[in-house]
Amino acid sequence: MFKRTALAAGLLAACALQAQANTELTVYTALEVEQLKPYQEAFEKQNPDISIKWVRDSTGIVTAKLLAEKDRPQADVVWGLAGSSLAILKQQDMLVPYAPANLDKIGANYRDAANPPAWVGMDVWAATICFNTIEAEKQGLPKPTKWEDLTNPVYKDKIVMPNPASSGTGYLDVSAWLQTFGETGGWAYMDKLHANIGQYTHSGSKPCKLAAAGEFPIGISFEYPAVQLKRKGAPLDIVLPKEGLGWEIEATGIVKGTDQLEAAKKLADFAASREAMDLYKANFAVLAQPGIAEPFQGLPADYEQRLIKNDFAWASENRDKILAEWRKRYDGKSEPVAQ
Amino acid sequence: MQQVAILHKPRTLVRRWPADLADRLFVQGGQWLLLALLLLGVLLPLTAMLWRGLAGDPGQGGGLAAASELVASANFRWLLGNSLKSALAVVLIVVPLAYAFAYALQRTCVPGKGLWRGISLLPLLAPSMLPGIALIYLFGNQGVLRDFIPDNIYGFWGIVLGQVIYTFPHALMVLLSALALADARLFDAASSMGASPWRAFRSITWPGSRQGLFAAACLVFTLCVTDFGVPVVVGGDYQVLSLEAYKAVVGQQQFGRGALIGLFLLLPALLSFAVDLWLRRRQRDAMGGRAQVYHPQPSRGRDGAFLLLVLLVSACLLGVFGMAVYSSLVKFWPYDLSLSLHNYAFSELPGGWLAYRNSLLLATCCALFGGVLIFLGSYLLEKTRQSPLTQLLRLLCFIPMAVPGLVLGLGYVFFFNLPANPLHGLYGSVTLLVICTVAHFLTTAQMTASAALRQLDGEFEAAALSLKVPLLRHFFRVTLPICLPALLDIVRYLFVSAMTTVSAVIFLYSPDSLLAAIAVLNMDDAGNVGGAAAMSTLILLTSAAVSLLLAGASRGLLRRSQAWRAAPGH
Repeated sequence: MFKRTALAAGLLAACALQAQANTELTVYTALEVEQLKPYQEAFEKQNPDISIKWVRDSTGIVTAKLLAEKDRPQADVVWGLAGSSLAILKQQDMLVPYAPANLDKIGANYRDAANPPAWVGMDVWAATICFNTIEAEKQGLPKPTKWEDLTNPVYKDKIVMPNPASSGTGYLDVSAWLQTFGETGGWAYMDKLHANIGQYTHSGSKPCKLAAAGEFPIGISFEYPAVQLKRKGAPLDIVLPKEGLGWEIEATGIVKGTDQLEAAKKLADFAASREAMDLYKANFAVLAQPGIAEPFQGLPADYEQRLIKNDFAWASENRDKILAEWRKRYDGKSEPVAQ
Repeated sequence: MQQVAILHKPRTLVRRWPADLADRLFVQGGQWLLLALLLLGVLLPLTAMLWRGLAGDPGQGGGLAAASELVASANFRWLLGNSLKSALAVVLIVVPLAYAFAYALQRTCVPGKGLWRGISLLPLLAPSMLPGIALIYLFGNQGVLRDFIPDNIYGFWGIVLGQVIYTFPHALMVLLSALALADARLFDAASSMGASPWRAFRSITWPGSRQGLFAAACLVFTLCVTDFGVPVVVGGDYQVLSLEAYKAVVGQQQFGRGALIGLFLLLPALLSFAVDLWLRRRQRDAMGGRAQVYHPQPSRGRDGAFLLLVLLVSACLLGVFGMAVYSSLVKFWPYDLSLSLHNYAFSELPGGWLAYRNSLLLATCCALFGGVLIFLGSYLLEKTRQSPLTQLLRLLCFIPMAVPGLVLGLGYVFFFNLPANPLHGLYGSVTLLVICTVAHFLTTAQMTASAALRQLDGEFEAAALSLKVPLLRHFFRVTLPICLPALLDIVRYLFVSAMTTVSAVIFLYSPDSLLAAIAVLNMDDAGNVGGAAAMSTLILLTSAAVSLLLAGASRGLLRRSQAWRAAPGH
């Protein structure tokens, strides 16, 4: 009898301890659903006293939610959101600057420049052309190898790209062309490209999906959906244009106002650690810690060298101006084009 | 018309309440409670959102300067024009079609009414993404019917087609209600006076249902103007105003700009509210206490023609949804068309079945609490003396229809997550999801309840009064049983809407309360169109099963309480 009571008491105490020790972190993310589980398991294994609660949605929704909750933030950490979104949060003074344990190993251009940084990168995704080989053969389309090729009249109405006003990926493309070809050259390029665009979509991965399903043979998107769809059996060729790729970084930051600062710092440490990079490596070909990534099946070896020298500050400062110009040139005109 | 005037006294004479305390408490207390709930669930969150539009910082596209710049821009006029054009086209197609469909079900002897009615409700039962996927698989560049249309589906006609499918059951619900009850004596009198069926239609059916027709037109118009789900999927380059609000919020995090556009989207609903008020003055009660329920007599030509129409509409809807279900079974559209169930393996997805269970919980709560509340509220609006308070309540009930779900959802974040708000504990809870969903779908439900209630003559209340029956008891004993079909409609409508809704709740769900329809969106976003179609199909089947169950359960109730409908005169 006594034994049983003692056992019960011990169990109770253990439960209480467990409940006390278990810190719960609310983590906002735009990572793909299938990435969440391995990342979470690895972190919780290293930190058994902390558990992660995900709030996952697309980049636009998560960013909007974070900003809308500014007065009483719900998130403790942001793990896996576009660097440009984290830059907005930093601008709004919503992040706690923190230097994670492995900061010196992170590439200089893959983190917030301030010291300590407001956000630290994880991996890189870049502009990619998804090219449907079956449709191309059916419609007699040559495979493009550079951005300039896409202005060839043979592609009229065959190309889809994200609308830069709806999608960060779309804006990435536009700002990269303006940086690569110069302001005048960039707009001139987009004028010609616009004549070939069949549709501007409202999500960054949609063009690649449309290409995979053959709705439109060519989609300007980024490499993650391209690789995923190809693995699922889509007849896609992944084209990385020669002039250079616009790119964006996935990053981590601690939200100001969190009451779990110590646990949040542990997560930030983990997100920048070698163990985490080994996990990111399965999904991305360029990582924030140089020298870890392995050549990616379906992507050329010089992938990282093709990334342009991206001026994020310029891109975010001029965003409103560029979008207004884009709207003026291509939004109003798209109706007569459609008819 | 003459007879109607003789048979029915004007409303004002009928309404005269004694100072009975219980009644007063029920009516006044109820109305004030309703006001409090509407303020909390609709007006305050919206104000919090619109405040960002008018007073917000220019960095987020808000403020008066941004407003005047927005309105003056050619881009805005272009978007506005596009919105009006496509919404008008949808109204012109849907409302006559739905009116004829409702007429066929209520006023003719076409066989298989239950079946047609069920099929007509299909678009309500699935997330709007499902018909979107189906339309692309049917008419897209790889679509099976691609060769039947000159250009591809993306653009004006894609939006119109998608929104016709989306709004048809909404319009039908209002019109079925409006055509539900008719006084057989009027038709008898008309035929004994030698009036042609057309004449009888013009002078009896039409005046009795035109308010419903107008309400349906307004509803469809506002639904179209505020919807962005269809334009996002099949709009192509044909851009509309609601999509611009979506782009501002989701694409650029410019809440101010989104709120300003949301403000413009409110205008059509406010306009229709004014016209509705004006029409209400002219409409008289169609169903007196002494009325006999009209039962249509078979007529071969008429029934045949209507059957053809009903068949055509049903075939189109079945085609679209059949295609959608097919798309959930295909392995990899369009290159591997072998069939399999692997898209239905939700347990392999993180949170797979949890989302589905959450949706069931949310839908059940919305249907039960929302249904009772809305019906009771409508009763308090329709069957009591009209006062500034009832007008205000009516206006507040109209607003949610005009608010894009996205704007409402953000308003909830701004309002309920305010540190100063004593209710901020609700934030992230299922309760708030229920409140938000009921508020979002309030208008159609309330319109259905009101349309049904308005057809009951005020004489019923007068009789209750003279018999000294407390109003509350009268409500439960007389009004509720008579209107049971309408109430069940509302319960079903709220259930299926809660199963399928995305736009408002996407900002409000927490990890534990992920919803099935949001999972659909996420899967589509991740390129898993088959999985999205599969989850949508599951939602569709669930909603259909619950609708059937409700219909079955209510049948017994109806047989008892609705005997008067079939009873031969007195």
